Amino acid sequence: MKLKEIKEILEADLICGENYLDVEIECAGGSDLMSDVLAFGQPGLLLLTGLSNIQTVRTADIIGANAVIYVRGKKPDSNGIELAGQKNIPLLSTKFMMYKACGLLYNHGLAGVERTIKT
Amino acid sequence: MICQGNGFIKKFNVQGRNFSHAGIVSTKIKEILEEIGIAPAIIRRAAIASYEAEMNIVMYADHAEVILCLSLSAINITFKDKGQGINNIELAMQEGYSTATDEMREMGFGAGLGLPNIKRNADKLDISSSPGKGTTLDVTFYLNGKK
Ligand SMILES: Nc1ncnc2c1ncn2[C@@H]1O[C@H](COP(=O)(O)OP(=O)(O)OP(=O)(O)O)[C@@H](O)[C@H]1O
Ligand SMILES: [Mg+2]
Repeated sequence: MKLKEIKEILEADLICGENYLDVEIECAGGSDLMSDVLAFGQPGLLLLTGLSNIQTVRTADIIGANAVIYVRGKKPDSNGIELAGQKNIPLLSTKFMMYKACGLLYNHGLAGVERTIKT
Repeated sequence: MICQGNGFIKKFNVQGRNFSHAGIVSTKIKEILEEIGIAPAIIRRAAIASYEAEMNIVMYADHAEVILCLSLSAINITFKDKGQGINNIELAMQEGYSTATDEMREMGFGAGLGLPNIKRNADKLDISSSPGKGTTLDVTFYLNGKK
């Protein structure tokens, strides 16, 4: 699914990265816990999060995420936006809450992170 | 640290408790590895392990020296911090064990997943620590084969 379709489904505002709206997104994950994102994320991920500190952008860069969507209308500060610009990571903001944002995307066929947790 | 002869060496400093700068050194290390043309899968593992180690320094130590050492066969990164140290390394390595404060949790960290995640991503991990003095992590990624 292209990022611009995701933007429409979530009625999201583009914070930065208009050149990346045609990027193909293959899976998504939602978490406010960067510890989890670092442990279970995968390259190419669309990260949905309710946190908006600069660590969300750093974490996205480190795991090779393709885009970040902030839920509940959140937005990172100018430092976060600047870093995302340098790292070519598009940022979007949706007014929907986490559950609804994830549910809408899943309904439209966007897969979750495939990861079997070893027990 | 094993860093034989004609390797590339670069040193960085990490300041403890400085959350706004947390991650800068790992981001830099990732950029260097990308410039050199290391395989993306290895870069990703090295970047994740570095970031986890750097976050731990910011959260639990006063300051640290990070040494990136590249040879033809491996990437070696040493994180040598001065700080409170770890009393029980075996316990700290357990998934879910964390002494993070509420402030750290609000920032999205402190799930007790960092050290196990470093171990999972590295080909080799050595940890030593002197309680009250500091902790040293020595992390290696092999460039040809293994993992
Ligand atoms: N450099 C360090 N100096 C002192 N203590 C440390 C250091 N690194 C880790 N620890 C201790 O080991 C514990 C476990 O570390 P680990 O990275 O696994 O989890 P965490 O940092 O608490 O949470 P997460 O990594 O998921 O954000 C920490 O809570 C802390 O008590
Ligand atoms: Mg940690």
